[in-house]
Amino acid sequence: MSELRDLYQEVILDHNRRPHNFGELDGADRHADGYNPLCGDRLAVYVNLDGDRISEVSFLGSGCAISKASASLMTDAVKGRTLGEARGLFEEFLALVTDEAAVLDEASLGKLAVFAGVRDYPTRVKCASLAWHTLRAAVEDRHEVVSTE
Amino acid sequence: MPDVAAAPAPALDVERIRRDFPILARMVRQHRLVYLDNAATTQKPRPVLDALARYYSDGNANIHRGVYTLSEEATAAYDAARVKVQRFVNARASREIIFTRNSTEAINLVAQSFGRRQVGPGDEIVITHMEHHSNIVPWQLLCEQVGAQLRVAPIDDSGTLQLDELERLIGPRTKLVSVVHLSNSLGTINPVREIVRMAKRRDVPVLIDGSQAVYHMPVDVQTLGCDFYAFTGHKLYGPTGIGVLYGREEWLERMPPYQGGGDMIRSVTFEKTTYADLPHKFEAGTPHIAGVVGLGAAVDYLQEVGFEAIAPHEADLLAYGTAALSDVKGLRLIGTAERKASILAFVMKGAHPHDVGTIVDTEGVAVRTGHHCTQPIMDRFGVPATARASVAMYNTREEIDALVRALERVREMFPV
Repeated sequence: MSELRDLYQEVILDHNRRPHNFGELDGADRHADGYNPLCGDRLAVYVNLDGDRISEVSFLGSGCAISKASASLMTDAVKGRTLGEARGLFEEFLALVTDEAAVLDEASLGKLAVFAGVRDYPTRVKCASLAWHTLRAAVEDRHEVVSTE
Repeated sequence: MPDVAAAPAPALDVERIRRDFPILARMVRQHRLVYLDNAATTQKPRPVLDALARYYSDGNANIHRGVYTLSEEATAAYDAARVKVQRFVNARASREIIFTRNSTEAINLVAQSFGRRQVGPGDEIVITHMEHHSNIVPWQLLCEQVGAQLRVAPIDDSGTLQLDELERLIGPRTKLVSVVHLSNSLGTINPVREIVRMAKRRDVPVLIDGSQAVYHMPVDVQTLGCDFYAFTGHKLYGPTGIGVLYGREEWLERMPPYQGGGDMIRSVTFEKTTYADLPHKFEAGTPHIAGVVGLGAAVDYLQEVGFEAIAPHEADLLAYGTAALSDVKGLRLIGTAERKASILAFVMKGAHPHDVGTIVDTEGVAVRTGHHCTQPIMDRFGVPATARASVAMYNTREEIDALVRALERVREMFPV
């Protein structure tokens, strides 16, 4: 059970139950759809930009606890950030969930650090990263469905 | 535990069977492995492992046209395995048994070889809503190539095929009916004999995808009366990478080769090539000889244990599992047809199947989660995915109990 709690931390379970920034952003500047064919997770990410800054961000969709919580925590983390900062955060997040040897800056990751446990479950990395890939597609204004495969 | 104690005591000596499967002694995350993903692939008994090792360590040579001892032995072993498979499904002749990589390749062979010759613009292929992608996509490819139409027979809320609807779809333009024998994501057993009869009344040939059926029940292609029967070795306790297409000789004779190359020819010149006789016409290139030998050993093993012992044991596990899972709070079984085998697919309120899969894995229980290569079924039942436990001959009631205990962990983490 303790091993499992490393993956399903309370913060993750909370965000799964009550996701933040959940819903469509009316008249969003940018949006993209993401799909994980492995588990059927689908989510859409909506972004409003203020120049180079993400002024508003939300997501909508269904998925496993990891993907939903990741989307929720991502929206909290990138709101108010510049696109460059968001990109940097994405890279750090990917290192967190995939790279055991990565030297991580816990302070800059903030709450996202709760996903460290994903590293021990390689099949779940795609769940954790789907929202981020979709966010990137949205800000790059790419309209094809983002797939984690 | 559920009250199905009235079920007759299984005659199968499961403990003895389990000792034949070395992997079942393995530990996973500090628990004894509980392997319940048999619909994806089954584990391999010692005789199959030994046959593979023996072939490579003692008998490896390329088959056909070798005049030396080793090649003759390998050829004999390869041919002998074909006869074993022929008897296993009761085909009239061993030349009706074509070795492929898997069921998928067997179905693609029929789609491209039979299909390109027999199906034209405006013609129709009839399948059902419960097909695996491997019995959907090859027909979509064919339909695109020749301008034909795919027609799909519906299923009801229990996952039972609507037979009258299927019959209605078989019309003057139907060139083939292709149906699954046992659904991999619902467990439904289709009345294939009746379907064949239905199709024959209109002179329509029938392909049966038997991937899931062949290791749960005896299959007799002559009794079924089907024209093609596709299955794969790795689900019937044999190696991966080897599959079988049974084809009625009259069809196979008329069908053009699927792939060209070595071994499938009689003579080759730059002007004209003539093809080898059956079954070699459809087996281009060096085949998976070790796989065929291993498949022969698997068929021997399966027949030695015998379906008369296996089937009641697996039926008991299915009944026991159905009752046990129904007691789990917020669990809904997907696939509740009257005639079922092996498969217990389900969704749990408040817990995504993928989370269910990860959590039960930490208890050593292996189940599959996802769409099981049957996305139309997921859409039909309005779920993105399911978790699926599937039993085989070596499973026990204790393992079902372990699954239920693991699902209780899920409930603790995702309360409803």
